[in-house]
Amino acid sequence: MSRFQPPYPGYDVLAKWDTPSWNDPTRRVVAERLTRVPERRFFDPHEWATLHAVCDRLIPQPDRLEPVPIAPFIDDKLHRHQSDGWREESMPRMEDAWRRFLKGIDEAAQARYGRPFVDLGPEWRDLVLRAVQKREAEGGAWGDMDQKTFFEKSLLREAAGIYYAHPAAWSEIGFGGPASPRGYVRLVADRRDPWEAPLEREDEA
Amino acid sequence: MSAEDTPRAVHGRAPDVFRRGGWVPMRCFDDEEEVDFAIVGTGAGGGTLAARLAEAGFSVVAFDVGAFYRPLEDFASDEREQSKLYWRDERVSGGEHPISLGSNNSGQSVGGSTVHFQMVTLRFRPEWFKARTKLGYGRDWPVGWREMWGYYAKAEAAMAISGPISYPWGPPRGRYPYRAHEVNAAGQVLVRGARAMGVAWAPTPLATISAPRGLAHPCVYRGFCKSGCSTNAKQSVLVTYIPRALKAGAEVRDLAMVGQIETDDAGRATGVVYYRDGRWRRQRARNVVAAGYSIETPRLLLNSATARFPDGLANSSGTVGTHLMVHSNHAVWGEMDEEIRWYKGPPSMAVCEHWNYEDQKDFHGGYAFMSQGPLPVDYAQSFVSNTGVWGMELRRRMANYNRMAGLKIVGETMPQEKNGVTLAEERDRFGLPVARVTFGYCDNDRRLYEHSLRFMRRMLKAAGAGDLFETESTAHLMGGCPMGFKPDDSVTDADGRTWDIDNLWICDGSLFPTAGGVNPSLTIVAMAERIADRIVALAGRGELERRGRRLGALAG
Ligand SMILES: Cc1cc2nc3c(=O)[nH]c(=O)nc-3n(C[C@H](O)[C@H](O)[C@H](O)COP(=O)(O)OP(=O)(O)OC[C@H]3O[C@@H](n4cnc5c(N)ncnc54)[C@H](O)[C@@H]3O)c2cc1C
Ligand code: SF4
Repeated sequence: MSRFQPPYPGYDVLAKWDTPSWNDPTRRVVAERLTRVPERRFFDPHEWATLHAVCDRLIPQPDRLEPVPIAPFIDDKLHRHQSDGWREESMPRMEDAWRRFLKGIDEAAQARYGRPFVDLGPEWRDLVLRAVQKREAEGGAWGDMDQKTFFEKSLLREAAGIYYAHPAAWSEIGFGGPASPRGYVRLVADRRDPWEAPLEREDEA
Repeated sequence: MSAEDTPRAVHGRAPDVFRRGGWVPMRCFDDEEEVDFAIVGTGAGGGTLAARLAEAGFSVVAFDVGAFYRPLEDFASDEREQSKLYWRDERVSGGEHPISLGSNNSGQSVGGSTVHFQMVTLRFRPEWFKARTKLGYGRDWPVGWREMWGYYAKAEAAMAISGPISYPWGPPRGRYPYRAHEVNAAGQVLVRGARAMGVAWAPTPLATISAPRGLAHPCVYRGFCKSGCSTNAKQSVLVTYIPRALKAGAEVRDLAMVGQIETDDAGRATGVVYYRDGRWRRQRARNVVAAGYSIETPRLLLNSATARFPDGLANSSGTVGTHLMVHSNHAVWGEMDEEIRWYKGPPSMAVCEHWNYEDQKDFHGGYAFMSQGPLPVDYAQSFVSNTGVWGMELRRRMANYNRMAGLKIVGETMPQEKNGVTLAEERDRFGLPVARVTFGYCDNDRRLYEHSLRFMRRMLKAAGAGDLFETESTAHLMGGCPMGFKPDDSVTDADGRTWDIDNLWICDGSLFPTAGGVNPSLTIVAMAERIADRIVALAGRGELERRGRRLGALAG
């Protein structure tokens, strides 16, 4: 796979921290996210390591010295029993589903390559994860839990939701970020306010 | 102390939503005092009714399990943080097509789901009120469109809707109270597509102000509407009807979960049992109104079963918790050459209702579709759960964020008896059985959204988009306690008064007999305005206490 070139290399949404685009409630929330990465409280050390290995494949960040943390926020949500307000009837309870998944990929890794998931190289990890997405992962831990549903509607959704809530990801995709009270003035295509990311074409020019 | 931990509306005052740290005086009632109306839920239906009834001189206490926020100080510009506005207590979703709940369709705060709604404010097509007799599907509404037209105008005035001078569809309507907003780039993609396809379009009538109103400034186009509006431009019930209710002498109880509506031996409602500040309490009332929306209202009626009403309150017809509807929310997305940056402005600034008013189709019902502007978390989650893309490819696709455009429908689904709400074994943090929601599309629903996907694909392509992909989801809830003409196949009459218990009322989205192909809140607010007028009229005639057709024989 060719290297990923983010479209707005010079743009940092955090540069707006002290401007009218950010207000106190927002600064409080984002500061907390940046400085207080939750510690492990829900998973055991092996599960924790496995989950890190999974997230590293779902959203690889070889370009970052400090990758956006994902697994710690999943652990935190489970520790605090923070429900999304519903679960599919055919799915086990949230806490149980995550544990089954982590055990299941270990069983599949053992069945295929004779070692736990964390000890696999990146290509093999991907093969195991693809198997889950296709409902083809080996192992008894899954029980009647639908592998694809968990993979796409819980695991992937959660990981993407955490990554794209991080200022580093906002800068990467050129999102304007928090914008209260100042908001925006120029709403038409290919125009921008001075406090937005430069247009890709400006960069080229 | 945070709004989610300790009730704020206590000791004779309530939060002033327009001032940081501010308070307004609030009349408080004693639990033992028999108030005229106890209203459960303060959203589009309950909040509106509370204001109108208090203004008419009734004593009113309105309960909400959610927090009482001051948007200026409590709302961050952050999608994750603001998920505090959603209903996050447990529910179970099943059936052939289990629907997503929580952030997808259910709010939990004073002001209800309007605090995070996307402000699209459309009227029903007149024929939909007679869907069965005029169009051959679903059910008729026991209310006529001409009467509703007047209430729509009233609701639009109360929420200071910004809309176009002339609206291309439906019978004439007066001017919208505020001028339309400039349509953003994402909306212009719809405009271009509509022109290419030869269909009409309009700037979406929106519940966010385009000029100052009182202490609120006009919309600044920050785009976080779905996460709550931190500038108060959005005309949610929290900043419109709730301040009116307080001013007129209603009491609002935040962080107050109603677990049961109590009834006496004569089968009349006597008040509500609710949990607030660490203990269960009881408020006596002459009338009780359920306004918890399409899942919680049926759940509350079912959870209030007694020996006399073993199947739940107001359920002699067996229709409580049936005929639940959603809007299909299918969408087509594509990449544009230019930078759209759809994060600027309310998410849906342009609308096309063509297929709501065109009857040459192979399905019943209709759909509106709108331009889109999801913020990163919302978009990423919808993208991955629909496409299954992950790895470096995900980051690459997400990097096109600023070039994306999309069209998404609000698609009518048919009322089906089997879709609805029952009680599950599981219990919530209050010890109450949680709701189990069942949903499955029917053939007609599928024909409708497939039609929409074909049409929107062509249109988006015509507007210049490439690399198209589709997503599916649902939006909004309607029905669950349908209003109707007869006690044997509906829960309430046209006034939201339950057939079985003459002092028990419903005033929220659960009353809808059919879903219509537009977003529901304007119709919920208009209905609440109408129900308020009807209650005042009935009271004036001395008919609030007892009515001729009371179903005394029902219990047998
Ligand atoms: C993300 C999103 C975007 C939307 N966008 C639009 C839009 O653009 N246009 C539109 O027209 N509609 C939109 N809607 C839908 C709209 O918000 C709802 O249809 C409408 O608010 C429903 O009104 P309601 O009065 O029936 O219920 P709600 O407004 O949901 O109010 C119900 C209230 O009752 C409370 N409650 C429930 N049970 C209890 C209990 N037992 N005790 C105490 N309190 C209780 C809840 O906490 C809640 O606050 C959107 C919804 C969502 C989720
Ligand atoms: S775009 Fe307007 S309505 Fe939406 S959150 Fe911003 S100021 Fe409020």
